[in-house]
Amino acid sequence: MTRETLLNIVLFAILPTTALVAFALDEPFIITLATKAAILALAGVGLNIALGLGGLVSFGHAAFFGLGGYAMGILASHAQSYTPLMETPFLIEGTKSMLVIWGVAIVASALAALAIGALSLRTTGVYFIMITLAFGQMLYYFAISWPAYGGEDGLSIYVRNDFPGLNTLDPIQFFAIAFGILAIVLFGAGRLAKARFGLALSAARQNAERVETVGLTPFRLRLVAFVISGAVTGLAGALFADLNRFVSPTMFSWHTSGEIMVFVILGGVGRLFGPVAGAALYILLEHTLGGLSEFWHVYLGLLLLLVVLFARGGLIGTIAGREVAHD
Amino acid sequence: MTDPLLKLSHLNKSFGALKATDDVSLTLVRGEIHALIGPNGAGKSTLIKQIAGGLRSDSGTVEFAGRDVTHLGTVPRARAGLGRTFQISSLAMEYTVLQNTVLGALGHDGGVMRFFRPVMKDRALVDRGMAALERVGLADQAAKRTADLSHGQRRLLEVAVALTLEPKVFLMDEPMAGLGASGSKRLTGFLDALRAQAPILLVEHDMDAVFALADRISVLVYGQVIATGTADEIKRDPTVREAYLGAEDAV
Repeated sequence: MTRETLLNIVLFAILPTTALVAFALDEPFIITLATKAAILALAGVGLNIALGLGGLVSFGHAAFFGLGGYAMGILASHAQSYTPLMETPFLIEGTKSMLVIWGVAIVASALAALAIGALSLRTTGVYFIMITLAFGQMLYYFAISWPAYGGEDGLSIYVRNDFPGLNTLDPIQFFAIAFGILAIVLFGAGRLAKARFGLALSAARQNAERVETVGLTPFRLRLVAFVISGAVTGLAGALFADLNRFVSPTMFSWHTSGEIMVFVILGGVGRLFGPVAGAALYILLEHTLGGLSEFWHVYLGLLLLLVVLFARGGLIGTIAGREVAHD
Repeated sequence: MTDPLLKLSHLNKSFGALKATDDVSLTLVRGEIHALIGPNGAGKSTLIKQIAGGLRSDSGTVEFAGRDVTHLGTVPRARAGLGRTFQISSLAMEYTVLQNTVLGALGHDGGVMRFFRPVMKDRALVDRGMAALERVGLADQAAKRTADLSHGQRRLLEVAVALTLEPKVFLMDEPMAGLGASGSKRLTGFLDALRAQAPILLVEHDMDAVFALADRISVLVYGQVIATGTADEIKRDPTVREAYLGAEDAV
């Protein structure tokens, strides 16, 4: 077993262990923190598919996170007020079913990623960063100026949505849902990275010319990666909205894009468990340093600077070393 | 003689006032090695890019296996069976040596939109990648990171990746560069046998290799093909001697 595998197992165990210990000690707030870390990690796993594997520095993943959030907010608010979403040409009702909401969040953010990707992926480097940022901000201002769903104030959902057989308002049960999804997506992302698609996508990041010369189209690979990436981050957005029982345009803001990127960079770009390490560390810092000073972001900035300067592989790279060959 | 697999007709390419490719026509037929030589700046690299699809020609046509590919890009030309190696190694440096050839096998196989089965456990692809490495003598380096290879080994890996594509035509841009005397000799022997599998358009500075290998040689000077012929004809050609080989009788 390699050091990275061992580290991954430890990282995988940290969140459920924390949640279970908190459950035993009757500390629901800690469980909620662990849930938040799991959901943010999920958003990071999504970004990592584009950023880590594909080398696509998207500064607009808040667009997908927000779309997922608003998919939940819109559907649930209509169910809450017993008003249909639309009546013509056919009736669409709101819903409180998590499964349906997740489906809508995934489809909506995947379609958005397809459109945004098809346009942005024609550019590279700094232009790609700027154009994805612009799309994110476009949705942000749209959400602010759309009064039907709360505009700037956002939308409150009074009761968490339903999952068959579980009481989602119980913190430990909701944690189980969020962590279960994270586990499934981590498994899928791990397989994807090692599959044919992952090999070609990562090769296109290292050397696009090489990939073209063997007869594969980098644009297609990147677009598919971007869509998968957006869909995962969208799903995380729906869960995040359900965790807070609140959606607001902040989910769309570039701060959110930046935060998701920070999880990935802190943990280790391109490492499967990088976002898990990054998000867990972020939440930990937020609630230890954040308790000491309102200006805890200064320390986060300092840490990020150190990681970028001295530990390019992030937390995982520092502990487990360079990624090893094929197996 | 069979129809040429690769046929360039009156290709032109200018960069501003500079004519990098000036009315170039040449052919590559089954079973031959056609060497393209010329001094630095003669336009060899430009011509290679025009053939491979990375650079659009101003005028003229490129026919490949009987099909006009003039307006196709790099990817469709590669898929049609053009196996290119680069002058400056162009490999996925973070990957292992074997992963690079498996990538080539994957490109040849198509079916890249598969997301679940580990590609390095795909026997068919890995076997093809391994077989290519064995042919160029890199099998013992398979698990090494490509970035850790020597310069010469990277050159060989370029050739190995091209082999996995099972191309109809090889387009090799200075494969001998940086190989050293023994390495260059071994690769010469290898290319000699390879022509039976698919013809090679060979751009090369190593004159020993060129004269040992080439069935035909074309000499490119200032973007123009000034002569095409067998090694002996080229050695005797007075315009070539003057323009390229020089007065010192280097050959």
